[in-house]
Amino acid sequence: MMLADQDRIFTNLYGVHDPLLAGARMRGDWDNTKAILERGRDALVDEVKASGLRGRGGAGFPTGLKWSFMPKTSDRPCYLVVNADESEPGTCKDRDIIRHDPHKLVEGCLVAGFAMGACAAYIYIRGEFYNEHLVLQAAIDEAYEAGLIGKNACGSGYDFDVILHRGAGAYICGEETALIESLEGKKGMPRLKPPFPAGVGLYGCPSTVNNVESIAVAPTILRRGAAWFSALGRQNNTGPKVFCISGHVNKPCNVEEELGIPMRELIDKYAGGVRGGWDNLLAVIPGGASVPVIPKSVCDDVLMDFDSLRNVRSGLGTAAVIVMDKSTDLIKAIARLSKFYMHESCGQCTPCREGTGWMYRVMTRMVEGRAELAEIDTLEQVTRQIEGHTICALGDAAAWPIQGLIRHFRPLMEERIASYKARSTVRLAAE
Amino acid sequence: MADFEQPAHFAFDADSAAEIDRVVAKYPPGRQASAVIPALYVVQRQMKRQTGSAWVPLKGMDAVGERLGMPPIRVYEVATFYFMFNMAPIGKYHLQLCTTTPCWLRGSDDIVAACREATGIKGWKETSADGLFTMTEVECVGACVNAPILQVDDDFYEDMDREKTLLVIAALREGKPPAVGSMIGRQRSAPEGGPTTLLFAPENG
Repeated sequence: MMLADQDRIFTNLYGVHDPLLAGARMRGDWDNTKAILERGRDALVDEVKASGLRGRGGAGFPTGLKWSFMPKTSDRPCYLVVNADESEPGTCKDRDIIRHDPHKLVEGCLVAGFAMGACAAYIYIRGEFYNEHLVLQAAIDEAYEAGLIGKNACGSGYDFDVILHRGAGAYICGEETALIESLEGKKGMPRLKPPFPAGVGLYGCPSTVNNVESIAVAPTILRRGAAWFSALGRQNNTGPKVFCISGHVNKPCNVEEELGIPMRELIDKYAGGVRGGWDNLLAVIPGGASVPVIPKSVCDDVLMDFDSLRNVRSGLGTAAVIVMDKSTDLIKAIARLSKFYMHESCGQCTPCREGTGWMYRVMTRMVEGRAELAEIDTLEQVTRQIEGHTICALGDAAAWPIQGLIRHFRPLMEERIASYKARSTVRLAAE
Repeated sequence: MADFEQPAHFAFDADSAAEIDRVVAKYPPGRQASAVIPALYVVQRQMKRQTGSAWVPLKGMDAVGERLGMPPIRVYEVATFYFMFNMAPIGKYHLQLCTTTPCWLRGSDDIVAACREATGIKGWKETSADGLFTMTEVECVGACVNAPILQVDDDFYEDMDREKTLLVIAALREGKPPAVGSMIGRQRSAPEGGPTTLLFAPENG
């Protein structure tokens, strides 16, 4: 199986062509957008629901359903908030959409915003994407100038603003309520839910937060129809998706493919295969740093979609495939992720603030083997005490990579401890 | 703690004042606190223009608070929460090295070593003796299929190795930053050797 180029949504994924309006129009963007809006709010939400589109930011929540949570009528303004705070280690797909196909995102803001009754879209882009934000701002500016957004957008009679907002380096702002807090000018600390953003979001108003890719695919779904989209991929895991293949492959790359493609085929066909061949594979983190690592035996035949990866106790996440060959010190690779979560914990909830640092310190000893065997179980138990006991999912995300390591690679950790002990005994004997 | 001096005054220059006016207009009336991050960037850029070092002094945060009608402590909270605001002076070029797992798997240790060798900097957040470079360890910058990444100020140098790191630093020393992006000539995030998909011209397709 291979997705035909004609079924790819992001036809300028690699930036070969003009990213701005003239080029975008040739790729079909902004083609009679007015007619799409004329179908009415409910029709658009229903079409996206029927497409089966699941959120592309990691959680995989049905996008159309999320839109339907917005109030039908509201005496307060409603907002679409686009999460462009792409920071999940391994993930760099939204970056390509923003810098190479920005009009798919801007047009997506209009159709999605219209479908949910929003008066404006705020796009929150991570601070590090400075050059990318310049391209997106240029696209927004020319869309205003061409009358595509702003007053009477596309001649539809609907007024809609698109505002770009830069963050300043905080992974936690990818969490939707932390993002809203940050957008309001505060520290990015997640809010307790409920109330959910659809009731009380940005500035206390009804809001929906969607990932860049979820919004950017919407115009194409509405043009080509739910039937086209849902015919791609697998049941309950429909559509094409941008995958990021990094780590120990011969040719790391981004590529758009159907959900449900076998992992091995994805890596072999697009990324030039695992360095040293498939049999040199040790393990893969299939969906960005937060999802549990899976060993080669699982990678051999697992499919790349939400349900298949959940069934092997991992996840599709952002579809960022981090490949590790047999030369990898896997304990060190996971320990580095523990450091990441320690650094990025916002410090609001005690289990996460204290737990991420504790886990990192223990993982650092595990890298050396400077630990007792029983501490592997202690570490596992501590991850369980963090998971599910915090306001947001960062605590879970910090726990899962370690759980995956212990689940599949406990013998490796035990061996490391044993060899450290053997070395210490030799040292002691020599003294 | 600090071995640097906080300036006694900070006032927005004309460029900065105009920029902040533009930014505040993006948010609904009464919601000007939303502009705090953009305003702190304005301070940091003005410091770069005026002193050669991009950082946010205390008086700059106070000026932001005054302009946006926020208590100073709210501005300090934001400035110290987000990683991209430098709370102390830095060198002319800010070398930001991603060492998170995807970059580490592709050899970020070599990039770190090459930067240390070329600049003489030993620790993180330190500035070279000549004042040209500051080295900061950063978390995933979001360009993982082009790892490892060396971020210099706002620009990403991608697909790096030891030799290319030494070249970039030598070029910066001469004030001639190389073209940004892939250092092995890749078409952005396409596989090395060129795209294997999207080979038709979408203009015709």
